[in-house]
Amino acid sequence: MNGERVRVVRGWEWARPVRPVRREVLSVLPELEEGQPPLLFVPGFGHGAWAYAEHWLGHTAARGFPAYAVSLRGHGGSEPAPEATLRAYAHDVVQVAAGLPRQAVLVGHGAGALVVAHALARYPARAAVLVAPVLGGWATFGAALRRNPLGTLPAVFGGGLRLSRRQLFSRETADADARRHAARLGRAARRAQWQLLTGADPEPAVGRPPVLVLGSPDDRVVPASALTRAARRYGSAPLLFPGMGHDLMLDARWREPIDAILDWLVKDPTRGEAP
Amino acid sequence: MPTPTEHGRSDPETTTLAHSRDGRPVSDRGDTVCVIGAGASGLTAIKNLTEHGFGVDCYERETGVGGAWNWRHDRSPVYASTHLISSRPFTQFPDFPMPDDWPDYPHHSRLLSYFERYADHFDLRRHIWFGTEVVRVEPVGDDRWDVTTRSTGGYGPERTSRYAAVLIANGHNWSPKLPRYEGLEQFRGEVMHASSYKDPAQLRGKRVLVVGAGNTGCDIAVEAAQQASRCWHSTRRGYWYAPKYMLGRPADQVNDTLLALRVPLRVRQWLYHRMLRLAVGDLTRFGLPEPDHRVYETHPIANSQLVYYLGHGAITPVPDVAGFQPHSVELTDGRRIDPELVVFATGYLPRFEFLDAKILGDDEGVGRPRLWLNAFVPDHPTLAVAGLLQPDSGLFPLAHWQAVLFARLLRLRATRPERAAAFAARVRSGAGERYSGPVKDSTRHWFEVGHVDYLRALQRALHDLEGTK
Repeated sequence: MNGERVRVVRGWEWARPVRPVRREVLSVLPELEEGQPPLLFVPGFGHGAWAYAEHWLGHTAARGFPAYAVSLRGHGGSEPAPEATLRAYAHDVVQVAAGLPRQAVLVGHGAGALVVAHALARYPARAAVLVAPVLGGWATFGAALRRNPLGTLPAVFGGGLRLSRRQLFSRETADADARRHAARLGRAARRAQWQLLTGADPEPAVGRPPVLVLGSPDDRVVPASALTRAARRYGSAPLLFPGMGHDLMLDARWREPIDAILDWLVKDPTRGEAP
Repeated sequence: MPTPTEHGRSDPETTTLAHSRDGRPVSDRGDTVCVIGAGASGLTAIKNLTEHGFGVDCYERETGVGGAWNWRHDRSPVYASTHLISSRPFTQFPDFPMPDDWPDYPHHSRLLSYFERYADHFDLRRHIWFGTEVVRVEPVGDDRWDVTTRSTGGYGPERTSRYAAVLIANGHNWSPKLPRYEGLEQFRGEVMHASSYKDPAQLRGKRVLVVGAGNTGCDIAVEAAQQASRCWHSTRRGYWYAPKYMLGRPADQVNDTLLALRVPLRVRQWLYHRMLRLAVGDLTRFGLPEPDHRVYETHPIANSQLVYYLGHGAITPVPDVAGFQPHSVELTDGRRIDPELVVFATGYLPRFEFLDAKILGDDEGVGRPRLWLNAFVPDHPTLAVAGLLQPDSGLFPLAHWQAVLFARLLRLRATRPERAAAFAARVRSGAGERYSGPVKDSTRHWFEVGHVDYLRALQRALHDLEGTK
């Protein structure tokens, strides 16, 4: 990510501000304020803030970090937005992050990691965590097509991208839970879905925050090679949790990755390299 | 992870002592950068310098942040009804947006809460010495600076600290500019500068003359139209009064749509004249003079209400003031009017009383520094001025990018000195450059910049500096 150009003149962003919407933000705060930075969790396409409310929010707060999760527009309890673009999603994240009392750590899952990568160019996060990141491009599409042709193909023609239970959850996850979560899945806006394939790369992150990439080598949405590629972009190697599905925060072993994230934050990752 | 509550600010007196030229003790602050003022430009300077790894000491004469936008400050020019004149996207810092459920043109009290939140969010207050004013800033060789401070109001001893760099962000809208008029001393009515105008109650029931057609002058004229028994509005020339909304959107967003499409200036001017003609019609029928310039050639006046009250006859437009008699005011067209209260909304001049004017290239001492990008000082690579701009848009994003550029320059001075040297050469050759189309030459337009022209130039400077072409 070094040597990339900062864009100062943002004519279209000034002239065409993103439409404001009502956003759902769930939060669990620690009982005792310990001066830790707040974490803002960003769900991937189809998921809402509920995905984090299941386990991660409570656990994060129990370890002393204020925990927030936003539903991107058109997802979960946020206002419907069929016209949404990646820019609108990133806008939602930046709006919520800037509204928190202190500089936040952004945590994005799946395509939410791409949204976070875009948000990092418009908000100087304290740190960022990309969980099983879907950073877009045709390689991601190819992998999804191989694993789940029936769910993926309609997305090419503007239909919804359907992810199967088998893709999202490991075998260890109780069947009833997997069924319950899968029933809550929604879908992202058509334009945003397209931008996942054809959109421009994120601009350089403001303030060069440290970035942690983690995922599972057995993820049936994000192949291990994509994890390595994503981590290399931010100058590190991915943290791997074998045997888990794509939705790490809903998996039977949800505790391991979130503990790893919080341990990393406690260790005080140094800021990214100077350009 | 550093906790935001810990104190990053170390006491200058614990550091090694050096001595100034006249033998006073100086505490050496090493690589720390000094920022003067904790208003909008100062805050964004602290945020961006610390983000680039610098220690920062900021001196603020008041006891709160927000500078001019904090109405509690005695140098604040805001009045009860002050609202933004550029819409939100042009006014917010590029990496800390205002809430998107705020109105397009927020009130000044909201702006103050925005700056306070910015300061808290990025934990900036721990770098600020409140209630401390800067008395002197002197170069001491090796591109370092001695900054002498004392408690605001002159109490307590002075103390001097040595810094690697200084960023001046002391604002330029607090020292009133008052024109000279014949007989003003004999005038028996009340006279005030707009800086001391706070509340429309000051106008209630009076015959009021408002001098000046800046945004403040127009705001006060509108309030006089609502509150005073009579309102005259004196302007030197005809102006374009831009409505705040056009085609159902904030007018500046419409204009920037055209700018983003790279529509040439002449075409934009033609479209604008056309649109105004359709929406408002010919302003000379209200007795206003015909503008002697095209739109975008003077600082834009964003005021939808002035024309409205002209149409109601609540404001009487008059020409420039020729002179004062004890009980009346003579106008340049020979008319006489008899106001009880005269409000001079005649603007402000920048002042850097703590710094030798020659350092900023202001050899005649008139208050007009000679800088590049209105910020960088020839032959003083570690000194910069932030926010000394009058953009046709919001100021804060521009001040943000100035601070980013200054921070990167300071960092490259250590790692890539040849790039910093090339930058210094550019500062020398480019000092005094303008970043706008043709504008009227008056003190009012000394610092006028077009926001897109300016930011393009700054973006170029940033890419040249970093070698990312």
